[in-house]
Amino acid sequence: MKRRILLKGTAASASLVAAAAAGWLVPVRLLAADWPQTAFESDDAGNAIQDYFGDAAVVDSDQVVIKAPLQAENGAVVPIKVTTTLANVESIAIIVEKNPIPFVASLDVLSGASGALFSTRVKMGQTSPVTCLVKAGGKVHRASQVVKVTVGGCGG
Amino acid sequence: MATKMKIKKAKDGGYQVLVLAKHPMETGLRKDKKTGKKIPKHFIKTMKFHLNGTPVAQANLAQGVSKNPLIGVSLSDAKSGDKVSVNWIDNTGGTGSVEATVK
Repeated sequence: MKRRILLKGTAASASLVAAAAAGWLVPVRLLAADWPQTAFESDDAGNAIQDYFGDAAVVDSDQVVIKAPLQAENGAVVPIKVTTTLANVESIAIIVEKNPIPFVASLDVLSGASGALFSTRVKMGQTSPVTCLVKAGGKVHRASQVVKVTVGGCGG
Repeated sequence: MATKMKIKKAKDGGYQVLVLAKHPMETGLRKDKKTGKKIPKHFIKTMKFHLNGTPVAQANLAQGVSKNPLIGVSLSDAKSGDKVSVNWIDNTGGTGSVEATVK
């Protein structure tokens, strides 16, 4: 009995892998809401963005507003708040470009929630631009702000 | 580990949910000062938000998020009397959850 379940499971996951390879699974990932492992393991901001958002066009937008301190006294706790007036938000990502792992946090928005707001507190190793990206209507909207850090919060 | 939630009314209608989870969020880079050994990674990976039992949003976190993460999201469809529940899971399989009713 157990073997049967195992076999079923393997067959299902094998077909999932095949579908992912064929590129069908890109929008499904949001529904399945998996932890975006490759983005979180990438040490390059550009690669992480591509891993998370796929090949969607990235445009600078003033409809994405970052609320973050200009100067952070403590790099271990930097409050970042992203708000947007865009409709149909699919996902939001916060990227601290000079961190060892730039991709800090993301929010997948499913039906029933508006993605108008995402706030968290992040660690920052050094002064760095903080980039927030919002995917809405097939496009990725970007805003960026430099946060100065006097005492780092990564490692120690 | 304790998890707390606050639900506030947003200016543009709907509600804003703030979740505070007690968690060390270790990066895996820090060293224990006494033994000189690296402290292993320990961080919350996903935090799921449910409104009346249906999933509405999921926050993906990693070691770059501060200790005791405070996560805010907005729920535009929430109404008075709705149940909001939040579950999180970390990289070692630890979990936490919190539930509240919109006032």
